[in-house]
Amino acid sequence: MNTASSAVSTGYLDSLLQGQPSASSLTWLNQLRAHAVERVGALTVPTTRDEDWRFTDISPLTKLSFQPVQDPPQLAPATVEQWAIAEASARLVFVDGIYAPQHSFNRAGITVENLASGVTRHDAAVQAHLGRHAGFERNAFAALNTAFLHDGALIVVPRDMALAAPVHLLFIATRRHAASYPRCLLIAEAGSAVTLVEDFVALQNEAYFTNAVTEMTLDGNAAVHHVRVQREGAEAFHFANCAASLAHASRYHSVSVALGARISRHNLGVLLAAEGAECSIDGLALIGGRQLADTHTLIDHAMPQGLSRQLHKCIVDGAARAVFNGNIMVRAGAQRTDSSQSSRNLLLSGKARVDTKPQLEIFADDVKCAHGATVGQLDVDEVFYLNSRGLSDTAARNLLTYAFGAEVIERIGVASLRNRLEQAVLAQTQAAAPGAARES
Amino acid sequence: MIYQDSKTLLAVRGLHATVNGIEILKGLDLTVKSGEVHAIMGPNGSGKSTFAKVLAGHPAYEVSGGGVVFEGGNLFELKPEARARAGVFLGFQYPIEIPGVANSQFLRLAYNTVQAGRGKDELDPLEFDDFVREKMKLLEMNPDFLDRSVNEGFSGGEKKRNEILQMALLEPKLAILDETDSGLDIDALRIVAGGVNQLANKDNAIVLVTHYQRLLNYIVPDYVHVMDAGRIVKTGGKELALELEARGYDWVGDEVKANARVSA
Repeated sequence: MNTASSAVSTGYLDSLLQGQPSASSLTWLNQLRAHAVERVGALTVPTTRDEDWRFTDISPLTKLSFQPVQDPPQLAPATVEQWAIAEASARLVFVDGIYAPQHSFNRAGITVENLASGVTRHDAAVQAHLGRHAGFERNAFAALNTAFLHDGALIVVPRDMALAAPVHLLFIATRRHAASYPRCLLIAEAGSAVTLVEDFVALQNEAYFTNAVTEMTLDGNAAVHHVRVQREGAEAFHFANCAASLAHASRYHSVSVALGARISRHNLGVLLAAEGAECSIDGLALIGGRQLADTHTLIDHAMPQGLSRQLHKCIVDGAARAVFNGNIMVRAGAQRTDSSQSSRNLLLSGKARVDTKPQLEIFADDVKCAHGATVGQLDVDEVFYLNSRGLSDTAARNLLTYAFGAEVIERIGVASLRNRLEQAVLAQTQAAAPGAARES
Repeated sequence: MIYQDSKTLLAVRGLHATVNGIEILKGLDLTVKSGEVHAIMGPNGSGKSTFAKVLAGHPAYEVSGGGVVFEGGNLFELKPEARARAGVFLGFQYPIEIPGVANSQFLRLAYNTVQAGRGKDELDPLEFDDFVREKMKLLEMNPDFLDRSVNEGFSGGEKKRNEILQMALLEPKLAILDETDSGLDIDALRIVAGGVNQLANKDNAIVLVTHYQRLLNYIVPDYVHVMDAGRIVKTGGKELALELEARGYDWVGDEVKANARVSA
């Protein structure tokens, strides 16, 4: 039985390998892809029997077939501009995974370009990092993405350059049954600072498959603010593997918001690879209907004097399901690590479900670590407080639900995006509230 | 202040209420006329806070007997939000913290909701900002409190000032202030009491629920009521509060029991 099902799964991954990009002029890149193809061949589609996928049944994915798009549609400028971020100094747009230069611009004065061309221009730097941070030996989705390495984003922030305006990566899904493999490599050189926004949007609500990999490397004293917005179409399958590697005294702050997709899985690994590195990892999943949003994070304190902060929130309505697995590893020798993690969850319906699993693994003895998880419903006293100030039950519940999510969204350092997401959350909470139609 | 021929705002008759099936209020009677300040005192567990919450409509409390007429209508026919719009205000003993909602946003939403409910004009954010800053002066509140999340990280005194600020904005006919004095140092108490005094007029009424006489040095009541076991068992003037401060509550209970024996 087991053998049979894994044979089916292997076959499924093989079927996804069709339509790979043609060979590159770079030997190392061809070797990297070939190695990834080999790993895809050796790995199977994860099932709920895998510890890492216990709560996330992705079998609906394997019932459908997906192909990379070769000829993405031409989009009208106005179509793309609806997602514009006013503050952005550079933008790369990808339509069904294919780079769309006509919608992209770069006024940032740094390297922000399509990986397919940038890889030759920045050969040595790219070779040193591409595929090195987001491991794919045992990760079928990261391997699959690497096998398709072609279009993507390459961002190199030069030494001591602090870029105030954000870099916007916009991934637009337009076709049903399309597979896309977004890829991003961010190299933040010593003392540099940058804000990166990865934004996943859709123009249709039928099934498609996004499988993204983002690698970020922060050299000494670099600062990266990474904002990730997953607002895929309603039937989308979204898989993402993000990895950040932090050198001495560098600072990584990520805010990740998951609103869309039928099934989504976000893996984020942060390696505090040198002394004094700091990270804060914030997440919000706001889902309803029959959505499933799974977030797995690993904060790896490998060296002393590291600091990590994590706030992950889920708002779950309908028959939706949220999964959070937050692993904090403090390795032997990572003394004076200061880490705290909080998982807070709000269930808006009787059928909503959340599985939260904070995990601390500590192998050093001089550390400060705190973690906690709460799962609850809206507090009766909070609702009553607002009622007693004239707000209807619906208005009170909406406001409290919104506020619960806003605590994470407020941490996005891009004002226009923050405001727009606050509006989106407000709209979604109002739509989700039972009896909203009765509101006068 | 007691005015001749002022109208009755609140008439509580034989009120019984339960929480989790346990009867807390057992036949409470109280009449409040406009312009008056009432203090309800009594030992812990006598039902003071329950009475305040029942008037405001807290869902955990069930009315099991009696009735309350507010401005000529049945109060219990109104949902909590409708009571607020009709002019009932509860100043919370423990104001709720709402992280993620700016105080200014909350105050304006409450103000505009209540204004709309009374058929009056709403204010846009800029107009409201001017309006609320003026009201904050009354309570010597720093305008920074507008930008912070509702009550989050506020000290006890700051939370109570924020409650009275809401009272100032919503202009209730009947303000029930539940242990507004608890946890306040003397400066904060003076400021909060000063704010309440400025808001009191001949058309509204204030019911102070308090454990201590201290507050009544600053807000002088027209009537002092003593609650015991879910009823008001004694009513007097402001001097009753001083007597309670000096002698405690036990003698009131004893007196009630003695009277009960006499009448039996």
